[in-house]
Amino acid sequence: MSNDTSRAPAGFWRSYVFSTDHKVIAKQYLSLGLFWALMGGATAYLIRWQIAHPDTEAPGWGFIAPDFYNMLVTMHGTIMVFFVAMPILLAAFGNFLIPLMIGAKDMAFPRLNMLSFWVFFLASVVLMASFFVPGGAAAAGWTGYPPLSAKMEYTGVGWGMNLWLLALALEFASFLLGGVNFLTTAMNMRAPGLTWFRLPVIVWMQLTAAVIFMLSVGPLIAGAVMLLMDRLIGTTFFLPEGGGEPLLWQHLFWFFGHPEVYVILLPGLGIVLDVISVFSRKPVFAYRPIIYSTIIAGFMSFIVWAHHQFISGIDPRLAMPFSITTIIISVPFAFVIFSMIATLWRASITFSAAMLFAVGSLGVFIFGGLTGIFNGSAPVDIYIHDTYFVVAHFHYTLFSVVFFGSFAGLYFWFPKMFGRMMNEALGKIHFWLTFIFFNAVFIPMHLVGLRGMMRRIANPMQYEFLKPLEPLNMFITLSAILLLLSQLFFVINFFMSLVRGKAAERNPWQANTLEWTTTSPPPHENFSTIPTVYRGPYEYSSPDAAADWLPQDRPLTASQAAGR
Amino acid sequence: MSNWFPENVSTFGGDVDSIFWLIFYITTVWFFITEGLLVYFAFRYRRKPGEKAAYVLGDTMTQLAWVLVPLAIIVVLDVLIDIRGAEVWAKIKGQPPPADVTVRAMGKQFNWEFTYPGPDGKFGTEDDLQTDNDLHIPAGKVIHVILTSKDVIHSFFLPHARLKQDVVPGREIPAWFQITKPGEYEIPCAELCGFGHSGMNGKLYAHSAEDYEKWRKERWPDGAQQTATKG
Repeated sequence: MSNDTSRAPAGFWRSYVFSTDHKVIAKQYLSLGLFWALMGGATAYLIRWQIAHPDTEAPGWGFIAPDFYNMLVTMHGTIMVFFVAMPILLAAFGNFLIPLMIGAKDMAFPRLNMLSFWVFFLASVVLMASFFVPGGAAAAGWTGYPPLSAKMEYTGVGWGMNLWLLALALEFASFLLGGVNFLTTAMNMRAPGLTWFRLPVIVWMQLTAAVIFMLSVGPLIAGAVMLLMDRLIGTTFFLPEGGGEPLLWQHLFWFFGHPEVYVILLPGLGIVLDVISVFSRKPVFAYRPIIYSTIIAGFMSFIVWAHHQFISGIDPRLAMPFSITTIIISVPFAFVIFSMIATLWRASITFSAAMLFAVGSLGVFIFGGLTGIFNGSAPVDIYIHDTYFVVAHFHYTLFSVVFFGSFAGLYFWFPKMFGRMMNEALGKIHFWLTFIFFNAVFIPMHLVGLRGMMRRIANPMQYEFLKPLEPLNMFITLSAILLLLSQLFFVINFFMSLVRGKAAERNPWQANTLEWTTTSPPPHENFSTIPTVYRGPYEYSSPDAAADWLPQDRPLTASQAAGR
Repeated sequence: MSNWFPENVSTFGGDVDSIFWLIFYITTVWFFITEGLLVYFAFRYRRKPGEKAAYVLGDTMTQLAWVLVPLAIIVVLDVLIDIRGAEVWAKIKGQPPPADVTVRAMGKQFNWEFTYPGPDGKFGTEDDLQTDNDLHIPAGKVIHVILTSKDVIHSFFLPHARLKQDVVPGREIPAWFQITKPGEYEIPCAELCGFGHSGMNGKLYAHSAEDYEKWRKERWPDGAQQTATKG
């Protein structure tokens, strides 16, 4: 570390904009991610309006033409996966927590960290710009399957699609830089005594996610460059008329795309595990096996991708091997889920807003895991593929970690991030409304899917067999609007607490991990003295201590205090 | 719950539905076990003053057994689902039974174009017939469909037959089905294919034997004495 990053920087620009402080960068990622979440919510509203009330004016917007509708579904997926889930779960929580939890002053490469954020910022600008170019934004689905995505004449989208590819490429570059930083930091900068198996689960999950991301993203970057060349200079990598192969893109996309699901999932599970342990006043059940399970699941995620392609035209004999790996990958995740439930057994539970969201995330995720078995079964997938059953399934898995998980994390670490407490009552209202309306949206959506309703159709009323679904679709849309409005409780709470929240003490939740040993918010360089670690992160209700918690840095014996 | 699906009218649709219900019953049991424990623990182990939580690490085999035994049961059930599933998959997507009627279906923005070989049973001859979006077939017969695309990827979906197959430009992908009940059924496109994707919808006319012959006589008045078109 060079000297000039060791002093708190003076001046507005160096402190808040071009900062190398991991905490500031984390908040920058968080702000940008929350901004994109608003955009993601707005697209969801318009999509749902059009489905329930086709070809009527959406209040606050107007008519939604079919090509604009395709743009909405494309951008909704792109935004939520790449510009909400990734920056919040990985970048914001990873940046904020890794140095604090390992007792480090900052990231290993603070400038690289700043660069990753600004590359991501550039990706955001490019994606935003793509809405305003002639022809509009990308409209070939968030999976961008060629030939639809490869030629302008098929969608009418010109630069919107190119900018979409560019934004993704920039985003991947940003997260590659971030991943290198996470790994280097956690490998080299852990506080004295902080062995690998004394790390909080969330740190492990961030690292596993970073490795999975790095190993899987290469093929997709290659694919993105090839697709861009097909569009711009007339190559035909994915166009059959020139000897190209449309399915090649699908393999490259899903070879990345399925691991990507776990890149998002793991940090979310990490947050939930941490929060559950603290508010249960109990150690995480089976800490080490959980870490092994998630690493195994991470690597298995590289051999399940073709389950997205059972009926894509691949050799039908490939379906069963991929069906088997897919169903087997449920085993390590079932282990993690069972361990979470076991952590609650004989616990001493306090339902704070953070804990409600953590347990809610678990409850919702179980449902999504179970519906995944249907999709993973190749014969059932013949029918439910590309229907709303799939849409409902992945919202159960992803919404549970991305939103329930992030909210659990935000209610939990907000005091450490901003030095003020959030309002618990508003937080609990926010949880119950979110939980109720989330289920009201997505449980009926499974039924709509089983009746055969296809994804990405702008108007179900064009089909005789879907007409009876109109009332159900209206109910889903109404619930979705209420789900979106419920988030106002969070927005109000967030900003009110920022300004007027009760000042937070160092450790408001009596938690064990290192981030709670410093002030709230932590100073530049985090710790006045680097803590020494004597034990694992989850020593709650330990027989060694009178209280029901035992911080990682508290020596118990004189010999511990003297040496280590 | 019988109306969760559109009415099944194909020979293999019932097999798909049976795998669905197999998984449904298994996952429903697990749903109630896991969510039930979650809710029960959440109420049962609320914080009480003066009571400490149990210090359980889950690092001994006796403790881990509580998790590993259910996990072993899951593995067994997974294998069961896949073995039963493999049969059904092979039936639908594996080697098809011999064709009674063969037609070609080409997806194009935003229609299905069907081609019948005509009485000579050969494609590419003068008596071929092309229709947009209307597919006439005899019920009770094995129908082969050769799927191609003119432009982008489409997906040939027969919800009432539980059949779906992506249609990829540059390839000929075979599919087959056998309708058990005469009637009219829709053939939506299930893969996003452009601004007209919504509404890309064909119609399957599954005729009784007599009606099918009548339809053929109208189309090919000269050659209709030849019976079924062989592929």
